[in-house]
Amino acid sequence: MTVVKSVGGVLVPALLYVILEVVLNKILSAIRRFFMTDNFIIRPIVQAISLTKHVRNSDTQLTILQDINLDINAGEAVSIVGASGSGKSTLLGLLAGLDTPSSGKVYLNGEDIFLLDEDERAELRGRMLGFVFQSFQLLPVLTAIENVMLPLELSGANNASTVALELLGRVGLDARLKHYPKQLSGGEQQRVAIARAYVTHPKLLLADEPTGNLDSTTGAQIIDLMFELNRERGTTLILVTHDEAISSRCTRQVQLVGGKTES
Amino acid sequence: MNLVKLSLRMLQRDLYAGELNVLIFALVIAVGGMTTVGFFTDRVQLALSRQGDQLLGADLIIVSDHPLSQHYTDKAIQLGLTTSTALKFPSMVVKGEKSMLVGIKAVTAGYPLRGELRITDNIDGGLPFLKDYVANAIPSPGSVWVGEKLVARLALKKGDMIEVGTAHLTVASLITQEPDYSISFINLGPRVLINAIDLPATGLIQQGSRISYRLLISGKAGSVKTFRNWVQSHLVLGERIEGIRDARPEIKAALERAEKFLSLAAMASVVLAAAAVALTTRRFIMRHLDGCAVMRCLGARQTEILYLYLYHFIILGIVSSVIGCLLGIIAQEALVYWLATMVEVELPWPSLLPVVHGILVGMVLLLGFALPPLLNLRNVPALRVLRRDIGVSNAHSLTGYVLGLAVLSVLFLWKAGDARLGIFVMTGFIVAIAIFGLFGILLVKTLSNARSKSGGSWNYGLASIWRRANTSVVQVIALGLGLMALLTLTLIRGDLLQNWHTGLPPDTPNRFLVNIQEDQLQPLKVFFNQHNIVQPTIHPMVRARLTSINGRIVSPEDYSNTRAKRLVKREFNLSWASEIRSDNQIMDGRWWQDRDIGKAVLSMEADVAKIIGVHLGDTLTYDIAGSTFSVEVTSLRKVDWDSFGVNFFAVTPPGVLEQYPTSYITSLYLPQHQMGIMDQLVIAFPNFLVIDVAAIITQVQKVIEQVTKAVEFVFLFTLLAGLVVLYAAIISTQDERIYEAAIFRTLGAKRRQIISAWAVEFAILGGLSGLFAAMGASVLGYVIGKYTLNLSYTFNLWIWLIGLFAGIIGVMVAGLMGTRSALSRPPILTLRRIG
Repeated sequence: MTVVKSVGGVLVPALLYVILEVVLNKILSAIRRFFMTDNFIIRPIVQAISLTKHVRNSDTQLTILQDINLDINAGEAVSIVGASGSGKSTLLGLLAGLDTPSSGKVYLNGEDIFLLDEDERAELRGRMLGFVFQSFQLLPVLTAIENVMLPLELSGANNASTVALELLGRVGLDARLKHYPKQLSGGEQQRVAIARAYVTHPKLLLADEPTGNLDSTTGAQIIDLMFELNRERGTTLILVTHDEAISSRCTRQVQLVGGKTES
Repeated sequence: MNLVKLSLRMLQRDLYAGELNVLIFALVIAVGGMTTVGFFTDRVQLALSRQGDQLLGADLIIVSDHPLSQHYTDKAIQLGLTTSTALKFPSMVVKGEKSMLVGIKAVTAGYPLRGELRITDNIDGGLPFLKDYVANAIPSPGSVWVGEKLVARLALKKGDMIEVGTAHLTVASLITQEPDYSISFINLGPRVLINAIDLPATGLIQQGSRISYRLLISGKAGSVKTFRNWVQSHLVLGERIEGIRDARPEIKAALERAEKFLSLAAMASVVLAAAAVALTTRRFIMRHLDGCAVMRCLGARQTEILYLYLYHFIILGIVSSVIGCLLGIIAQEALVYWLATMVEVELPWPSLLPVVHGILVGMVLLLGFALPPLLNLRNVPALRVLRRDIGVSNAHSLTGYVLGLAVLSVLFLWKAGDARLGIFVMTGFIVAIAIFGLFGILLVKTLSNARSKSGGSWNYGLASIWRRANTSVVQVIALGLGLMALLTLTLIRGDLLQNWHTGLPPDTPNRFLVNIQEDQLQPLKVFFNQHNIVQPTIHPMVRARLTSINGRIVSPEDYSNTRAKRLVKREFNLSWASEIRSDNQIMDGRWWQDRDIGKAVLSMEADVAKIIGVHLGDTLTYDIAGSTFSVEVTSLRKVDWDSFGVNFFAVTPPGVLEQYPTSYITSLYLPQHQMGIMDQLVIAFPNFLVIDVAAIITQVQKVIEQVTKAVEFVFLFTLLAGLVVLYAAIISTQDERIYEAAIFRTLGAKRRQIISAWAVEFAILGGLSGLFAAMGASVLGYVIGKYTLNLSYTFNLWIWLIGLFAGIIGVMVAGLMGTRSALSRPPILTLRRIG
């Protein structure tokens, strides 16, 4: 009996200890897992991880981008520079979710954009991104103000004309509201494009050679305008250019050579 | 976002910028053309039926062997129809010593309801046809109007008294034209027209008299149709309906073919419209790729893009279709006015149904052929904003166009109003698309290989075709289909018109001589020789009644079809011949040879055989003057009734029927100046019955002339629709050409060099399309002609040459004209715009 009692006196605490340890371990590992996953990591506004893009051309495979890793924090102005064919525009397209990579990931504001489908990415772009292109990309059938209103109308905003009017005033085009793109000069068209890019208060502005189609004076005015608006609105800027002067105005440069980064 | 609002705004801007001009132009012309065809067909069909009805004297006649019940008249009046009655019966007419068997027609006021009854008071003037006029009334009570044969036979003068039964009536006028004169055997004798009021006085209406009671009906087409349907279910034995289609096989054939041709023309315009819409939509989409990519970039969902342009197109479709319909209404009215002065026929107002058809067809076509590329538009990669070379996939094109074709097929079946014709056309065009596409791809590849062996303009022209391989194939298909539709119509129209015109040559028989006896054959031959009349073929005729088929007794009660009942009830006219007539064609079995002479075999007209249920190999038993005669059917023939020759339903070889009582019949053509010979013939052979078919032929020819005009007119519209396709095909690559021209000219190319290169490209595209179209049209024309219009097909080498040269010259001229502006624009403007 005594033996039984003494065995019980050892076994019960031992069993309790084992159970406690298992439970505690589970809790600890859950806590550990939680803190070790993405949930607890503060990511940059744009993060590219091992981004690679191949293009198949008949029987050969061409590598446009290879293993690109890039972090851009909120408020930064980053220029992507490189020679023609170095993959600048491809990288911009991937960062904006306009194209899909052969491998690798892109996080925009912490969201893995290639886990989204095409429509969800479009919605994300409408919500978060603004674009300025070399060839302006205004809709020829819409007037200046209608072009600026378009992103707001697509997102269902109901104060589109007020906001568009305000921004066109800000870029100095109050007198050209009802003009069609073909009635505007190149510089004016790019101002409309800038107004359109900022009209949704994007967190990130992507600009692809914004001065490529403009003369140097107009180009400089456009860049000034972009940087001013960027500062005013605290927008993060990614700028693709091959112009050293423009690139030097950015906080950081990313050099692309043959599809690879050289910082 | 309010997509409809945005869509409207974009539509407005597109309209303002002229982006939609070509598409609207194509749609308006297509719907306009189709509506015009619809309206015109509607009106012409109504007019043709009316014109045809003039040969009947009414829109509809109820014929009966007993007095007709009053409730037919009551119902007609209730439906707002006009009625008149007529009684027809054979009787003897006596003047002094002379008497003659005539066909008497007693009519009431209003007769005839359609067509013209023409008379002359110059009864014995020697030139009776000179001073005739339209009789606006019927013979007054106590008077009688007579036919020329009775005048000749009884030597009648105006004011003579003749005895009709127990009545004495005064000869008042000579009938020169009767609308309902027919060559059926009840009308064999000379015609006498009396007022129905005089009928009791004649004492001729008695029990057992062979009287045909006729109720004539006319009025609005819809009411007549309602009445016809109502009557159908109320007819009792001995009563039947006679409409123009029941009465005259040659008119029936002409009308049916005309209707089918007009349907065919309408279908051709549908094909052309489809091709034009597909081509112009493609250009529209190409021009909107950038805009869509930008919108995708700015956050628009795929469905939003799709709906945006869908609304755009629906609004565009409705507006264009309505404009097209208005154009159609104006155009058809203008053309009806033009036609009316040519053919002196009043076309009745059409129904509004063509407007509904037009709008519906316009919308279905636009969405059927604009939707496939629109589906692709929503998939435009947003990356295009960075890389303009990225286009749109054609993933939905094939399945999309299958949808378009399915819609088109339904439209064909609907528009054709004839399932067989619809299926032929639909299958024809679908097979053509597949074959043109396949050949197009093969030939474009072959031509690209030829490029290395050529130089200068040829090199650049071939290079352009190769570079735009897909577009080139699409252009070849569209142009090929358009040309195929036009060539098929040309072929069929040609055959149709030729068939009508050769069917009634100037020497078409205008007199039938019936009741010629065997012993009169030789004297008749001598008579013809004396009067320099070409000896006509004289056909023997034996009257027989069909008693059994394969030993089974037949009676009218065995058949539900009224025509079958009549055929079985009445006596057949059997004849014999050693050679088959040129207007007959063996459909089944074989015509006899020399060794078959004397064998009891028979060739039967195919339609009659079908109606009374006789097949090849059946044994028919006839009762001929009390004797029984059995015969085996060894061939079935198709008879061309348009020829107006003497034809028989049943024919045997010689040596079979000669033992039975035989009379003879012939037909001959007498020119106007020899008409007097007929009077001498009647005097020389008093027992002959002379039937005047000249009036019928004149009326048939008038109808055919109008049908011909209608066919030509409708064809003109299809031709215009074809030009729209041509324009659409040319314009579809205009943007690329403007860009190319700018590059070439910047690099120092002379205008002449660019024009030569383009001329080569257009010539090759046009030539290929033309050849494909000729191939397709030959097959489709053959199938439609043979199986639905019953036209004999003649291989037409010209169609290949026309196809080839029309394709080359048409596409080259239109192409160079369409791209002229590309060369006049300073290159810098283009390059700056493209960016």
